[in-house]
Amino acid sequence: MAGARALGVLSRFTSRRYALFIGNNFRTFSMAPALLARTHVNYEVKGDVAVVRINDPSSKVNTLSVQMQREMTEVMNEVWANNAVQSAVLISSKPGCFIAGADINMIQACNSPEEVTTLSQEGQKMFERIENSPKPVVAAINGSCLGGGLEFAIACQYRVATKSKKTVLGTPEVMLGLLPGAGGTQRLPKMTGSEGQNKGKGRGFDTLSKPSGCMKPLHNLGLPSAFDMMLTGRNIRADKAKKMGLVDQLVDPLGPGLKSPEERTIDYLEEVAIECARGIVSKKIPLRKEKGRMQKIQDHIMSYGFVRNQIYKTVHGKVMKQSKGLYPAPLKIIESVKTGVEQGPDAGYLAESQNFGELAKTSESAALIGLYHGQVACKKNRFGTPQKEVKTLAILGAGLMGAGIAQVTVDKGVHTVLKDTAVAGLARGEQQVYKGLNDKTRKKNITSFQRDSILSNLTGQLDYRGFENADMVIEAVFEDINIKHAVLKEVEAVVSPHCIFASNTSALPIKDIAAASKRPDKVIGMHYFSPVDKMQLLEIISTDQTSKDTIASAVAVGLKQGKVIIVVGDGPGFYTTRCLAPMLAEAVRVLQEGVDPKKLDGLTTSFGFPVGAATLADEVGIDVAAHVAEDLGKAFGSRFGGGNVEVLKTMVDLGFKGRKSGKGCYVYQPGLKTKEVNPDIGDILEKYRITPNPAVSSDSDVQYRLVSRFVNEAVMCLQEGILNGPLEGDIGAVFGLGFPPCLGGPFRFVDSFGADKLVEKMRRFEAVYGNHFTPCQLLLDHANDSSKKFHK
Amino acid sequence: MCIWVSVALRGEHNGCHDAERDAALLSQTFLGDAVRGMLSQYDDPASGSGYADLMPHDLARAALQGLLNRTNLPKDAVDYIIYGTVIQEVKTSNVAREAALGAGFSDKIPAHTVTMACISSNQAMTTGAGLIAAGQCDAIVAGGVEFMSDVPIRHSRKMRKTMLSLSRAKTLGQRLGLIGSIRLAHLTPELPAVAEFSTAETMGHSADRLAAAFGVSRLEQDEFALRSHTLAKKAQDDGLLQDVISFKVPGRDIVSKDNGIRPSSMEQLKKLKPAFIKPHGTVTAANSSFLTDGASAVLIMSEEKALAMGYKPKAYLRDFVYVSQDPKDQLLLGPTYGTPKALERAGLSMSDIDVFEFHEAFAGQIMANLKAMDSDWFAQTYMGRKTKVGTPPIEKFNLWGGSLSLGHPFGATGCRLVTTVAHRLQKEGGQYGLVAACAAGGQGHAMVIEAYPQ
Repeated sequence: MAGARALGVLSRFTSRRYALFIGNNFRTFSMAPALLARTHVNYEVKGDVAVVRINDPSSKVNTLSVQMQREMTEVMNEVWANNAVQSAVLISSKPGCFIAGADINMIQACNSPEEVTTLSQEGQKMFERIENSPKPVVAAINGSCLGGGLEFAIACQYRVATKSKKTVLGTPEVMLGLLPGAGGTQRLPKMTGSEGQNKGKGRGFDTLSKPSGCMKPLHNLGLPSAFDMMLTGRNIRADKAKKMGLVDQLVDPLGPGLKSPEERTIDYLEEVAIECARGIVSKKIPLRKEKGRMQKIQDHIMSYGFVRNQIYKTVHGKVMKQSKGLYPAPLKIIESVKTGVEQGPDAGYLAESQNFGELAKTSESAALIGLYHGQVACKKNRFGTPQKEVKTLAILGAGLMGAGIAQVTVDKGVHTVLKDTAVAGLARGEQQVYKGLNDKTRKKNITSFQRDSILSNLTGQLDYRGFENADMVIEAVFEDINIKHAVLKEVEAVVSPHCIFASNTSALPIKDIAAASKRPDKVIGMHYFSPVDKMQLLEIISTDQTSKDTIASAVAVGLKQGKVIIVVGDGPGFYTTRCLAPMLAEAVRVLQEGVDPKKLDGLTTSFGFPVGAATLADEVGIDVAAHVAEDLGKAFGSRFGGGNVEVLKTMVDLGFKGRKSGKGCYVYQPGLKTKEVNPDIGDILEKYRITPNPAVSSDSDVQYRLVSRFVNEAVMCLQEGILNGPLEGDIGAVFGLGFPPCLGGPFRFVDSFGADKLVEKMRRFEAVYGNHFTPCQLLLDHANDSSKKFHK
Repeated sequence: MCIWVSVALRGEHNGCHDAERDAALLSQTFLGDAVRGMLSQYDDPASGSGYADLMPHDLARAALQGLLNRTNLPKDAVDYIIYGTVIQEVKTSNVAREAALGAGFSDKIPAHTVTMACISSNQAMTTGAGLIAAGQCDAIVAGGVEFMSDVPIRHSRKMRKTMLSLSRAKTLGQRLGLIGSIRLAHLTPELPAVAEFSTAETMGHSADRLAAAFGVSRLEQDEFALRSHTLAKKAQDDGLLQDVISFKVPGRDIVSKDNGIRPSSMEQLKKLKPAFIKPHGTVTAANSSFLTDGASAVLIMSEEKALAMGYKPKAYLRDFVYVSQDPKDQLLLGPTYGTPKALERAGLSMSDIDVFEFHEAFAGQIMANLKAMDSDWFAQTYMGRKTKVGTPPIEKFNLWGGSLSLGHPFGATGCRLVTTVAHRLQKEGGQYGLVAACAAGGQGHAMVIEAYPQ
């Protein structure tokens, strides 16, 4: 589909921040501990400094598992007891990971909130001992320092971090519906902001970067920075962390020397950290920084209760606005922080652990964790390694999609050819790629030099010159089977035999496109979502004739492009478009029944969709929606009915094609953030007015009419074998279409809501609207047998 | 007194020859903090060299005149003049030509300017050698110049845009509008930085990381820096630095010796704080080369031409290579990569070399290169060699000081290195010498020089 611009919660959730809690399924917790040698934590005394090294031998990352915690406690006890030791350095032996968080399985293994609370309290106690350590402990951070890892680091007396790109600090718990449960909500507000620059420009939760009037001076204080970190879960790079006061000293990553760069960088970090530890003991390095004048003024302002209350209020309001109250974690985070600041640490730590326990057992947390696992699974290539790596990728059509695909390909070291038929179109496309990279330069993610050298991988052209070198061609030309056939033949005339032909179509069946091919085994669908550089999902469509190697190759390319991938079977609308179509048809009907577009948007967003149904239609494009509705209507018959397609067609005739044309359900004006309902659609809707049936027209009914058609279609896709499994179905719906993340996807929704309850609602709607709401067989099976679940 | 370096390219023996470094090399003016030299030179009244009123080609002119004086070379006897420079004065972008004309060389002699960071004058020499080898020329003058006392400082891009538009504005209204658009931010100037364009990292920062990568301690660096200054002082006192010519600063005294040589004590060196990576770095002002004004010139001829003109050549230029690596993490490893290649081309081994002159950008860079050359792992992992390069014996290495103590005028240093090798071969009686240098951009150079039979 041309696209769902996912905003708010979803976009935050999806921004490549997945390295948080890592489950480790094969770890056993019941090993007899006492007799075993330590495998995860060890230490070595260098002079008067104990160097404590963390390394989980069974995983690529370190997690705060039960065993890790036990060994850490033992080691620290020995360090404290050793009179020769004056200070300690805490360091990971793994390049690229300090501690990536707590062990998620440890939390999931708990049976009650109380058990989780106990876990949290154990963590709190351990870090409290570190915080009160009579011997200074220096955390030497290289690689991800997230969640429990960060809570550990901030309990230490001093932090040294490498400036490596892999070094990121953050508290991503909120993205899993949790909170930092080992003292994070209590320590972070005291940590950040000492040199205080929190400029969360346009990223994440910007409550405090745009304060209202009197709040202005506050935006670089500890409390707001801490809220920003904990409520967005965003990763903070080392240099930024230093500015915020999270990190005390930075170390540059080293290049080739007498050892590999990774190894030597860790050694160097250790050397510097040891010097810091000695400096702290000898008082050459002060632990309390002299406060600047601004800091003193800020502290003074913050000492007023009403100022703090204003902050809590603002943050709370912002959270409610963004999350519609559907996500309990952010609210619990605010509550825990507030309790600690206002009532003191004892109450604060207690509130934190209790809230953590409660959150861990919420359905929202289960849904978000499910999505996290799904995301990890969809980042793997289950089709194996392709025979030939794609080194040259050609893209046909330099439109929004074509150029978007080029944008996510060219910076991965793949030679990218962007072909269009007209100079103007090509120039626009190349500009889009340039702009994408230049924006990264402006945000200082890459240097202008890197931008230029990346762009050297892009070739723009109007002919098929050099296509014989292409390993894969992705077409993103106009959605017309005849044009697709024409380009397929043109491509096949010039490419080498191994070259794969992929079609970026949102609804045309791939087998129909492949019908014109001499080599249907090399033809596949790659359905990207717009905007390609923001939307994480890639839906790959294979036909009966597509070879396994072709699929493997398409998945490999998608993974390289950083996509989360679902591989689905061929059919009209595949999976995602097919689920969206009935929901949009229902949305049109709702509009025809006299519901205002704003109200419709409100109903969908309050259900958890990041983008309202009317806005979504505008984003997708009214013309595309009309096209799809008609095509799929033909393919699936009256089941896909609902709203009158003529409504959409009339809109298209009047030029209301959605956001791209400036008018759709709404009027879009450049530079304006707020949008008004298009006054002209009133007449159209009046013309096609339907009288609503009050029995199925309450707000809640309207919501379930929209959602149940989506969900039913998704389940039917599984039933028909379009989907490989419920997991991919959930991932596709959430990451491609913005299905509410707090519900975890259509399949998890059925599990948690209850298939029987859903069927009951559908039967009620069916009585009024007919087969649009007839539940599919698989859904009925689940309704009839409550032990049947999509997710175990 | 001229140095004769001969050129052996493609098996042919071509002759050559040399000459001098000028006094300006010595003009370094301030103590301790080399990194911010440009400003200090203005501010330090003690320096008061009056250089700030000069232009780069003035120094190059002096070097060329010194060469003419010492060699008694007729002013129309060379075929070509090539100069290396790094930071260009925009008014004299082809500084070779301006200096040649100003020094009184015939206006019939073409001249061009080359640039390759710290090995710019090496490039000038090898370009000349190439012209001789190709049969284009018989005699050329090569040199280098760097003038840090008045570097070009530009208006900001915003201001430049405004000024350019202003010159095109047609009406008073347009002009006023443009002038009115000038904001305070427009006035912030752009200073040239000793930083890599590709990585935006300053060279000192990179040197510090390199030293750390090879585990070079602060102590080792300070010791090497002290060695450089001590040896330079001794060479100066013993009158070995014969390549130096005096320079009369207009309106001031004559500068006649290197003025950056300051043998200190380990205690004093130890006190300095790191200059680039704070607080734990190891590269300090004292163990880095300092920003310097200077110019150099050498005369290079084919052997036949030299003998025909009645010169006694000083040395043959045997062979040379240029190398390049990753400008981020291997910025200063040029000598390690260049040395084995140059030796291989010349058919020599490390033990054949009697005299080593390596460019001392930073003490840490020299120590890192020595450690890299001594490492089998490094040679195998990064150089595609089976065994290590091997290290030059320290008793043959930079015995008359180096860039750390004598100074490092970027564009001029290469000629000084080559001249020193020729002079040391004469003095010490060796046969082969090796020059090696690193340069910004991750590039490097090495050259094999052979003494001319006495």
